[in-house]
Amino acid sequence: MSSGPATLRMPLPGLLGRALAGGRGHGRGGLPLVERNARAYRHLWILLVAGTLEPLFYLLSVRIGLGALVGPVTGPGGRPVGYTEFVAPALLATSSMNGAVYDSTFSVFHKLKYAKVYDAALATPLGPGDVALGEITWALSRGLLYAVTFLLVLAALGLIHSAWLLVAVPASVLIGFAFAGVGMAATTYMRSWKDFDFVILATLPMFLFSTTFYPLSVYPRGLQIVVECTPLYQAVTLLRGFSLGVVGPAMLGSVAYLAVLGLAGVYVASRRIRRLLLK
Amino acid sequence: MGGAEILVRARGLTKRFGDFHAVVGIDFSISRGEAFGFLGPNGAGKSSTMRMIGCVSPPTSGELTILGLNPVTDGPAIRARLGVVPQENTLDLELTVRENLLVYGRYFGLPRAVIRERSAMLLDFVQLSDRAGDQVEPLSGGMKRRLVIARSLINEPDILLLDEPTTGLDPQARHIVWDRLFRLKQRGVTLILTTHYMDEAEQLCDRLVVMDGGRIAAEGSPRALIQRYSTPEVLELRFDPGDHEQAAEKLRGLPAERLEVLADRVLIYITNGDEALAAVRGLGLEPLTSLVRRSTLEDVFLQLTGRHLDD
Ligand SMILES: Nc1ncnc2c1ncn2[C@@H]1O[C@H](COP(=O)(O)OP(=O)(O)O)[C@@H](O)[C@H]1O
Ligand SMILES: [Mg+2]
Repeated sequence: MSSGPATLRMPLPGLLGRALAGGRGHGRGGLPLVERNARAYRHLWILLVAGTLEPLFYLLSVRIGLGALVGPVTGPGGRPVGYTEFVAPALLATSSMNGAVYDSTFSVFHKLKYAKVYDAALATPLGPGDVALGEITWALSRGLLYAVTFLLVLAALGLIHSAWLLVAVPASVLIGFAFAGVGMAATTYMRSWKDFDFVILATLPMFLFSTTFYPLSVYPRGLQIVVECTPLYQAVTLLRGFSLGVVGPAMLGSVAYLAVLGLAGVYVASRRIRRLLLK
Repeated sequence: MGGAEILVRARGLTKRFGDFHAVVGIDFSISRGEAFGFLGPNGAGKSSTMRMIGCVSPPTSGELTILGLNPVTDGPAIRARLGVVPQENTLDLELTVRENLLVYGRYFGLPRAVIRERSAMLLDFVQLSDRAGDQVEPLSGGMKRRLVIARSLINEPDILLLDEPTTGLDPQARHIVWDRLFRLKQRGVTLILTTHYMDEAEQLCDRLVVMDGGRIAAEGSPRALIQRYSTPEVLELRFDPGDHEQAAEKLRGLPAERLEVLADRVLIYITNGDEALAAVRGLGLEPLTSLVRRSTLEDVFLQLTGRHLDD
């Protein structure tokens, strides 16, 4: 009966393996949970469509409305860029964040506290690390879907100027990983639905102020540092660089920042699930 | 030894939650093919014990070996060979009946084709084939319980853990579940179950331990426990509430093995109930109702703890 799993073994980067801290079951990571979510979501596909459309609506409104009023702005490397080109990657970063946060907070909280999905899973060979990894993988696969759709639309609008834009796809997945990790870790500390006000409190200002609609240079230096510390700013910087073809070693910093955030999230989430459910 | 293979072995097994001792140093061994029960009232520590065996709750101290493995270090390997019916149904309400089995089978890493084949057989076994495509929420309590049982069998477990399999079900639904569990037992599946129903324990268990306050009060087959801790027959008498105390006082004079004065009844433990009833009448007492019955595990529990199972 135990001959099957070996063939399905999913090798994980060592760092991620360590982040799961012994919380893994039979080495298939969170794939079974991803499958479970995909089945459950079949009935909720409308949410997926809505999530995919959200950044596109923003994009169109910018292109039709704001873009006509606002002239070129200073892009990465000091180069002037059209306003739509400037805002588009930030919208993608934001929807990657929103999708990942939704899946890793509201939906995880429901499964953790009410639906007992993880209680059922933990009675099988799956461990708390598999649960954390499964949910985060699911959340970031949504990020992947958003990114691909968004890029297709950008291409259709003739807004693609650089082959670097393709790198925006894995970058979006990384952004999904970072936010899903933090989101899930935070969710394990939530006591009731009221605590979810904090999720809005964290994401909405980030959306408004993380250089989504104007460059960092409009802020005084003190505020610039604060903004630079937010994960969404790092995500926007990364996607903006790739989509405008302005790529430099500084972007490695953003990659590292987001990767560490995601790994820390997986680590905390899997430890917390162990504490909450395996008493 | 020559005896059957021991699948679960506990020595001094203890579970503490903070300062509270839920399970206090219990010892037991369960052999392959056995139907083993933990009988005890609410709060006795049955679920805590089951969760430790299910490798979802680390023991605080003591020894626990399951299938020759250590639950703390080999949890996933052990869980791969267990079937679990937890006290609370943990069915996935966002999935259909069949999907609940498919997804659960995937948690075990089973190939989809194997799961499909087994699900069809298992749904048939628990008489839910016609509900396979339905949502779970509208199923009755008994159907949900049967679905959890089917789900627990998807990995063809070596041991089936059942935590209060029929609590909250109506009598008819209970009988269906009992019948299915009895068939599993006939097929040689090792069953470990908890219950606070003495009839469930008597029907299903080859051997059981009586648990109370986190400790094991007695161990044996239902029949051996009754023989050891009770008399063959019990005479139950009910008196007018006004005469209850007075009558009980008089009855103490009877040559009975034991007398229990409950709030509403008097229980006389004796070898021959009919003779005892005649003796009661000889004392000039006329009970409102009288009943001679065989001793049950309920009487064993009462004798051991002075309380009732459903207190
Ligand atoms: N997670 C927990 N935290 C604190 N106390 C608990 C916990 N789980 C069980 N207990 C306590 O341990 C005792 C035994 O519980 P349990 O094993 O569920 O008993 P049973 O299943 O026999 O009703 C109860 O008093 C219960 O309140
Ligand atoms: Mg219980």
